[in-house]
Amino acid sequence: MSGRMIADKVVKYILFASAIISIIIVLAIGFFIFRESIDAWTEIGVSEMLFKTVWRPGIDQYGILAMIAGSLSVTFGAILLGVPLALGCAIFLAEIAPEGVQAVVRPAVQLLAGIPSVVYGLFGMVILVPLIRNIDVPGNSGYGLLAASIVLAVMILPTIASIAEDAIRAVPENYRHGSLALGATKWQTITRVILPAGKSGIIAGVILGVGRALGETMAMIMVIGNSAIMPRPLSSNPLTFFLSQARTLTGNIAVEINYATGIHESALFATGVVLFGLIIVVNASARWIIRSQKYVEKAN
Amino acid sequence: MNDTKLETINYSLYYGKFRALKDISIKIPKNKVTALIGPSGCGKSTFLRSFNRMNDLIPGVHTEGSVLIDGEDIFKVDPVALRQNVGMVFQKPNPFPKSIFENIAYGPRVTGLKDHHKLEEIVERSLRSAALWDEVKDNLGKSGLDLSGGQQQRMCIARALAVEPTVILMDEPAASLDPIATLKIEDLIHELSANYTIVIVTHNMQQAGRVADFTAFFYTDESRTGQLVEFDETKKIFTSPRDRRTEDYITGRFG
Amino acid sequence: MDERSSEIALIHKAQALNLKKEHRRQSFWVALMWLFGLITVSILILVVGYVLLKGGTAINWEFLTTPPKGGLSGEGGISTTIGTTFYLVGLTLLIATPLGVGAAMFLIEYAGEQSLGSKFLRSMISIANFAVETLAGIPSIIYGLFGYALFVSTLKFGFSLLSAALAGACLVLPTIIRTTEEALLAVPDDYRRGSLALGATKWQTLYRVVLPASTPGIITGIILSVGRVISETAIFYVTLGGSYRMPTSVMDSGRTLALHLYYLAMDTRAFDKAMGTGAVLVVMIILINLLIDFVSRKLTAGVRRVR
Repeated sequence: MSGRMIADKVVKYILFASAIISIIIVLAIGFFIFRESIDAWTEIGVSEMLFKTVWRPGIDQYGILAMIAGSLSVTFGAILLGVPLALGCAIFLAEIAPEGVQAVVRPAVQLLAGIPSVVYGLFGMVILVPLIRNIDVPGNSGYGLLAASIVLAVMILPTIASIAEDAIRAVPENYRHGSLALGATKWQTITRVILPAGKSGIIAGVILGVGRALGETMAMIMVIGNSAIMPRPLSSNPLTFFLSQARTLTGNIAVEINYATGIHESALFATGVVLFGLIIVVNASARWIIRSQKYVEKAN
Repeated sequence: MNDTKLETINYSLYYGKFRALKDISIKIPKNKVTALIGPSGCGKSTFLRSFNRMNDLIPGVHTEGSVLIDGEDIFKVDPVALRQNVGMVFQKPNPFPKSIFENIAYGPRVTGLKDHHKLEEIVERSLRSAALWDEVKDNLGKSGLDLSGGQQQRMCIARALAVEPTVILMDEPAASLDPIATLKIEDLIHELSANYTIVIVTHNMQQAGRVADFTAFFYTDESRTGQLVEFDETKKIFTSPRDRRTEDYITGRFG
Repeated sequence: MDERSSEIALIHKAQALNLKKEHRRQSFWVALMWLFGLITVSILILVVGYVLLKGGTAINWEFLTTPPKGGLSGEGGISTTIGTTFYLVGLTLLIATPLGVGAAMFLIEYAGEQSLGSKFLRSMISIANFAVETLAGIPSIIYGLFGYALFVSTLKFGFSLLSAALAGACLVLPTIIRTTEEALLAVPDDYRRGSLALGATKWQTLYRVVLPASTPGIITGIILSVGRVISETAIFYVTLGGSYRMPTSVMDSGRTLALHLYYLAMDTRAFDKAMGTGAVLVVMIILINLLIDFVSRKLTAGVRRVR
C-alpha cells in the first residue's frame, strides 16, 4: 500500500475515534453520576429520598420531594406564562408581521436566547423581586415561584418561539390557499388549519422548552429563595402559592455541592440522577413526537 | 340569450411592473361551462384567480379595469364574502389533514354553522353532488389524505360545493389524474353545470371540446402578456375560428 | 349599490352577520399578536437596556483593569475575570474543535462506506448520532457534576481551568458536531466526486476540498460555542472554583465573568458592580451575535460566487 493510502486508513480510524467519543461521554456521564449516587440510594433508600419532603443533611434528612415539587412548579409557571407569549410571537412572525417588522422582532428573539442566565437572574433580583415584594401578603419576600417563573418564561420564550415559527412556516402553502378559497378569514385559517397542521412541531418546541426549564440552575438560585420546603400558598388565596419560596433540583445541587461530603455529597449526585432521568424522558418524547409527525407527512 | 354571471371590462393585471394580462373584456354566461384555453404561460390561471380575488394574496399585484359578478364590482366587496360565493378547485388536490367529514364541513363551519345534523346533511348532499358519496359514505372519519388522487379531487369539489357557491372556478382540475378519474371529473362538470356557473382552465383541447359550452382562447407573444383573442361557443371555436392564432393553436401548430 | 347590500345580495343574511363577527374576531386576535410581538421586543429592550445603562455607570478603565478585591467587599474590578474567561474559552475550544470537527467528518463523510465491517460502522454511526442528540439535551449542571466527579475528584485535577475546560468541551461538543455536520452536508457532492476522479484519496479530498468549503459553517459553530462558554455558569461553578486571581497555569482556579457576576450578586450584594459585569457580558454577546450574522452572510455569498 502506498503512503497516501496508509495515511487515508489512519485518518479514517482517528476520525472514527472522534465520533465514538460522543458515545463514550454519554456513557461516562451516566456512569460517574450514577456511581457517585449509589451510596445515597443504598444507605438512605430510594423511597426515603423520593417521597420525603424534609431535606436537612445536618440531621440526616435527605428527602428531595420538596425539590421535585419546586422544579415542577416553577416549570409549570414558566410554561403558563411563556407558551402563550411564545406561540403568539411565532404566529406573529410567521403569519402576520410584515417583512420589515420581522427583521426587527426575529433578531430580538435570537438575542434574548443568547443573554447569559446570570444576567436574567440579576435582573430578576434587582427589579422583579422588589416589585413582587410589594404584594401585601405575610411571608412574601419577593423571592419565590413567581419571580422564578417570570424569569424562566423569558428564558424559554426564544426556544419555543423559534421552533413553533418553523413548524408554522412548514405548513404547506396550499392548505392556506384552500382555506381562503372556501371563504375563511385569515385568522380562521390560522386557527382551524395551520395551527392544527403544525401541532406536533409546536408541541415538540414546548417540550424542548420544558427540558430547558427543568435544567436551569443559576438564574433559579438567584430569585427563587432556595428554602428547601414544599411550596404552598401563603394565605387562604390559592394564587399565593406562587409567592412561596422553593428550591429546584438544580439549585439543590449547585448550592451545596461545594461543601458537601460523604453521604450528603452522594445525595446531591442522586438529585442529579433524578434530574437526568426527568430530562431524558422529556427529550425522548420530543423526538418521538417529531418522528411520528414526519411519518405522517411522508405518507402524504 | 343567457344572462351574464361574470364579466370583465378592459381588465389588466400587473405583477409589479410586468403586465400579465392586457385589456380582457369578456362576458361569461350563467350556468354554463366556459373553458379558458391557450398555450402555457398566457395567464389563464391568473385570469381565473381574478374572479375570487386570490391574486390579492400575491404581494405586488395590482389591477386596472373592472371585474363584475351579477353586475357588482368584486373589488368593492369583502373578498371573504366573495369567496363564499365563488368556489375554487385547484390543479393539485389539496385536502386538509382532517377527516373527510371535517374537510367538507369546513366551509359551512367557517360560515358559523354548528348544528351537527345540518352539517351531516350538507356533507352528504355535497358528496352526492360530487359523485363520491357511495365510495366514502362508510368511511367519513377516514383522513382526506388517504384517498386516491381522483377521489381527493372529487372531495375538493364536494368541499367547494358545501359552501353553496353560485360559481365554481376550476384550474386544470384533472391535470394530475389518470384518464379514468379524468372522465369521472368531466362527467361531474357536466352534471354540475345545470346549477352552477363553471369556468375551467384546461391545457387539453379535447377536454374543452367535451366539456365546455363556451370557450375563450388566450394568447401571448414574446412580451409574455396574456390577451383574450377569441370567445365564442365551443363548436364555433373549434370548427370555424375567426382568428388566425386560434386556428393555429387548435390545429396544433404551436402549444 | 352600497357595500353592505352588495354583500347581502351575494350571500345569505345569516352568513353576512357571521362574517362581520369573524372580521371583528380577527381584528381582536391580530391586534393581540401584534401586542405579543411588541411585548417580546420590549422585554429585550428592558433587560438589555437596563443592564447596559445601570452597568455602564460602573464601567470605567479602572473597573476593567483592576482585579476584584475578593472576600465579601465586592470592591475592585474585573480584570482577572476577563482573563480567566478568555483562557477558558481558548482551552475549551482547543479541546472541543478537533474532536467535534473530526467526529462530524466521520459521521457524514464515512456514513456511506462500503467496506469490511461496514455494518458495524453503520450501527456505530447511528448510536453516535443518538449520543450527540442526547448530549445536546443535558443541562449545564449535570455536565458540571460529571466534571466534578471525573476531572476534579477522580483524576484529581482539582478546581482548575483544566477541569473546567474538559467539562466545557463536553458541553459544546454537540454544538460543534451539529454545525460542522450542516456545513459538510452543504458542500455539493460534485466537489468530492471531482476530486476523487482526479485520483485523490478520500482524506486528501476532505482536507483539500471539503474542509475549506465548509470552513465558514464550522467557524459559525465555533463562535456559537464561544458564546456558550461565556454565558454558561453552572458547569463552571462546580469545576472552576471561585478564585478571583488570574490563573497562571491550567491547574489554577479562577472565575469567569458570569461566575463573578453570580458571586457579586449572591455573596457581596454589590449590585452596581454586578450590573457592570453584566453589561460587559451583554456587549460580548451582542458582538458575538453580530459576528455570527456576518459569517453566515459570507457563507451564503460564498456559495453564490461558486455558482
